[in-house]
Amino acid sequence: MKRTLPLILVLICGVLGIIPFLIPHPIVQTTDGFFRDIVLRIIGAFALVLGLGSLLRVHYDKIKRRQNNWEYSWVLIITFIVVSIIGLFGGTQGTGPLPTRIGTFAFDIQSLYLNIEVPLGSTMFALLAFLMASAAYRAFRARSTEASLLLVAAFFVMIGILPLGDRISHQLPSFAQWIMDVPNVAGQRGIQFGVVLGMLTTALKIILGIERSWLGGGE
Amino acid sequence: MATILLLGIFALAPPTAVRAFDTPDDGGSQITVDWQLSKDDAILDGYELYRSENETDFEKIGFMIGRGRNNIVDEQTQDGKKYYYKVAAVKDTVKSYSDLSAPAKSSPQWINRRKINIIVTLIFLGGIILYFIYQARKGKEFFIRKIAGLQAIDEAVGRATEMGRPILYCPGIGYIEDIATIASLNIIGEVAKKCARYNTKFINPHFDPIVYTVAREIVKESYSAVGRPDAFDPDSVYYVTDSQFAYAAAVDGIMVREKPATNFLIGWFRAESLILAETGASTGAIQIAGTDQVSQLPFFVTACDFTLIGEEIYAASAYISKNPMLLGGIKGEDSAKFIIIALLIVASLFGLLSKFPILNLFD
Repeated sequence: MKRTLPLILVLICGVLGIIPFLIPHPIVQTTDGFFRDIVLRIIGAFALVLGLGSLLRVHYDKIKRRQNNWEYSWVLIITFIVVSIIGLFGGTQGTGPLPTRIGTFAFDIQSLYLNIEVPLGSTMFALLAFLMASAAYRAFRARSTEASLLLVAAFFVMIGILPLGDRISHQLPSFAQWIMDVPNVAGQRGIQFGVVLGMLTTALKIILGIERSWLGGGE
Repeated sequence: MATILLLGIFALAPPTAVRAFDTPDDGGSQITVDWQLSKDDAILDGYELYRSENETDFEKIGFMIGRGRNNIVDEQTQDGKKYYYKVAAVKDTVKSYSDLSAPAKSSPQWINRRKINIIVTLIFLGGIILYFIYQARKGKEFFIRKIAGLQAIDEAVGRATEMGRPILYCPGIGYIEDIATIASLNIIGEVAKKCARYNTKFINPHFDPIVYTVAREIVKESYSAVGRPDAFDPDSVYYVTDSQFAYAAAVDGIMVREKPATNFLIGWFRAESLILAETGASTGAIQIAGTDQVSQLPFFVTACDFTLIGEEIYAASAYISKNPMLLGGIKGEDSAKFIIIALLIVASLFGLLSKFPILNLFD
């Protein structure tokens, strides 16, 4: 029963998920919307509580056992508590009962998000520029035929999109564009065909209960 | 000025043959109106749509419709109610109205006929896949080509065990409804089983709380399935954050602090893929990556030791578990792919032949 019930649920939900694709009638679409928007959101809320519980437990254990860098776990726990209080009692834009402004200094959730999380996220994103350079260095070392081909193609594409490319030859920009539009797109489409068929196979195997790896125990 | 003068003398030609009908294959509340363009279409500002419930009191619906366009969908109708339409050709302040359309009622449909071709294709391809699964159930053995990334899993787990270091499994930033995430969850169980057998520490940080709860159960069951429920550490699978770059920073931190011997980056990734893969490469870990996101594949190919490209992540669970029925599914998938390739080649040949006028075959 421990395995049969999830398999039956998956079969029912899988079939119910396909039906709205084919039937535009509001009765079907509204029911589908109810499951996707309401039920999934409720499940998500419960899962979020479990998730946050796991996060706090991991960091509490880290402090308790004095593991490496345990001091940073205090930062997480204290931040979690402070931001939760601000969010719960101060409202997202400082409209709650808790004051979230001292003079011009605002610390409501929206301000914290815009002034702390967004710049930190941008910082991580900016790292990509350096990481791309180091990844490109590794990729362009002509150690095999494929890597050499990649190097040659990348050379033409890079020089083709620069004004210098047009100075060297008027044909270079269009050649660079051709590489991007034809061989590149052909390769991507080939992968996409495989991906779509893979998705179909995976969905079928899970709905029909053939694929059971997600149950953990296998058979 | 001359045009306006002319318009004052000669009235605009109105649109003709206005038709109103229930929009097909929709969920109701929509009526499509089409008409034949005014003969003065080239000089018009556009067309205006008018609607009435009683043939006399008309109200303007929506904004001006650009010239050259001969249809519009009225998306604000009540199902079952009769509506009459007329269309006006507009130039500056001059309007020329068409005759009334016949009355039309909107209603919801039970079947979207435009999607029947997709359903038929899916049934056909699904039938092929199920046929091969059936063959596998009957005992037929299938050959599946070697996938280097999946063959390396045993070696990667063994290496981590020998080095006494953990294994990091990162399922990306997908949600439970993403098939790549589901495929990753199928693989996680098999990797967890190997970790349980070798008593290797397993670290599995998550981006989405629902994926976290599912993964936790899978890993727990995997440890039980190999007879090591005691070895399962509940803190090994945990939720981190649902912020993309905060998650990337957290996983990078784990890579640098814990120094895993092997990093699995399998699932749904976006811009953080290279941040994770490059950090992992800098720690000297063996990296096995996989995603169906074509835009992220080059980053993984560049920075990881093994990459599961596209559909290979869907084949992974079958490949690792060696379950014959799952392998049958892969064989079916390959056959479907073969049919699509054959169709593409035939269609390309037809397209090519149609370019030769001398053949005149496909006019």
